[in-house]
Amino acid sequence: MAEGDIRLLIDASYFVTAVLFIFGLKRMSSPVTARSGILWAGAGMLVATIVTFLYPGMSNYPLILAAIVVGTIVAWWSGKRVAMTDMPQMIALYNGMGGGAAGAIAAVELLRQNAVHETVPLILAVLGAVIGSISLSGSLIAWAKLDGRINGTWRFSGQQIVNGVLFLATLAVGAYIVFIAHGHASPAIVAAFFGGALVFGVLMTMPIGGADMPVVISLYNAFTGLAVGFEGYVLQNPALMIAGMVVGSAGTLLTLLMAKAMNRSVSNVIFSNFGASGDDQQGEIKGTQKPAEASDAAIQMRYANKVIIAPGYGLAVAQAQHKLYEFVKLLVDAGVEVKFAIHPVAGRMPGHMNVLLAEAGVPYDMIYDLEDINDEFKEADVAIVIGANDTVNPAARTNKSSPIYGMPILNVDQAKQVYIVKRGQGKGYSGVENELFYADNANLVYGDAQKVMIAMIQAVKSLEGGH
Amino acid sequence: MTGMVALYIFMLAAFTGYEVISRVPVILHTPLMSGSNFVHGIVLVGAMVALGHADTTLEKTIGFIGVLLAAGNAVGGYVVTERMLEMFKSSGSRGGRETH
Repeated sequence: MAEGDIRLLIDASYFVTAVLFIFGLKRMSSPVTARSGILWAGAGMLVATIVTFLYPGMSNYPLILAAIVVGTIVAWWSGKRVAMTDMPQMIALYNGMGGGAAGAIAAVELLRQNAVHETVPLILAVLGAVIGSISLSGSLIAWAKLDGRINGTWRFSGQQIVNGVLFLATLAVGAYIVFIAHGHASPAIVAAFFGGALVFGVLMTMPIGGADMPVVISLYNAFTGLAVGFEGYVLQNPALMIAGMVVGSAGTLLTLLMAKAMNRSVSNVIFSNFGASGDDQQGEIKGTQKPAEASDAAIQMRYANKVIIAPGYGLAVAQAQHKLYEFVKLLVDAGVEVKFAIHPVAGRMPGHMNVLLAEAGVPYDMIYDLEDINDEFKEADVAIVIGANDTVNPAARTNKSSPIYGMPILNVDQAKQVYIVKRGQGKGYSGVENELFYADNANLVYGDAQKVMIAMIQAVKSLEGGH
Repeated sequence: MTGMVALYIFMLAAFTGYEVISRVPVILHTPLMSGSNFVHGIVLVGAMVALGHADTTLEKTIGFIGVLLAAGNAVGGYVVTERMLEMFKSSGSRGGRETH
């Protein structure tokens, strides 16, 4: 084939890839077609990767192949064995890699001394480098925090001033590379530029609490998309430009939706140190926590008309979702109407709990979003809260001094009877005391969620056996 | 491609991304974030081109790291998205292994 034909083949393939990506993402936005969506997008990726080997004027093929093989094996292996509960941090890790790759493309461009650099591509290369580098180091911190490798938050006075100065200094070095050095800055200056952006990503993420991490990961996902789009222009590659910008805007919207679900603004998440204060200014809660036996709770649910389940991250940590669904099937067989009520931030990020329930085989038409089910709690005989805390805390409605004030919550307290399955007397992720646990219609079932579910299953089964 | 054409591409792509996501139910937020994470794994193509045109050892090293990271992004993003979406079933299509 002549070089012109090869170019045409490559361009046509990239076009097909862009179409497949958009089509795949579209299908991924509905539960019925979601599974096929990722397959279409995957096909697009495969096509683009294969034709890129035909790209004219390339060398270093052994290096390219080696890097792809190693990266593929490691990512495949880690992606296959990661637990569903650890999904958010895994997404953060893969996302950071994408940001790093975008940064690496920019670095190779900026280090190439013999090329003639034009201003517009240089600006985009530098911007993409900053955004990609922040996404890389920030995502690594987000991963480490969600994975429990870094605990707590890290703050010092004047932190935001230090961050601001560092950010401006990084941009200033970037401006020097573009407008003064015209893309021929020395490697030391390029290294300082990337170093500044990477350190800024770390400093920006360190003060943010674990509860806000999903919003941050989503933001960095959008960042990486944007960086990829910018580097796509530098390389004159429309596939990167389109895919990157689609993810950049979709990721931004997703970030806003998540922040809204948590009743936080994005700037609030990034600049306001959530969870640092709050626990010192809470009023005393009156009443006592009343314990209950798992078997009693199970039998009451067996004879109820309507039961609503509000699961939280604790359910997943205890790996109790399979046992829970086994119990639910017993209830359904006994004629009880059972629904799952999912708070937007149940689990560690929006939609995470749905994934965990789906893993246990719970059909998605038993699962309801907060807006769809909140009015039904007052008709429910029993609401059972398993491993959730902040998402059912009435303080979000009433207590203005509470850090979670204003967040929409599940109205479990309106059910006739509330059971809360809980490991101990600890507080939720936000560190806020929960007055629901002291309410008159609430009883606490203490214990590991999985053991509690097993006890509940046995209680219902022994009832059936006694007939 | 001129800067103006690029601007048009960026603008249309941004609207596309917004439209595709705007009607998504909350239950798909995590898989979709993962799916879009996979899509920007296309950076692999750019990293391959960058490494393919690298001359000095420094450029090759950085290019190699770029391809390595990009492959991780693309493959890892695909695997975890596929695993999550595989589990979405309705009660009608549950199949034999769930019933007893």
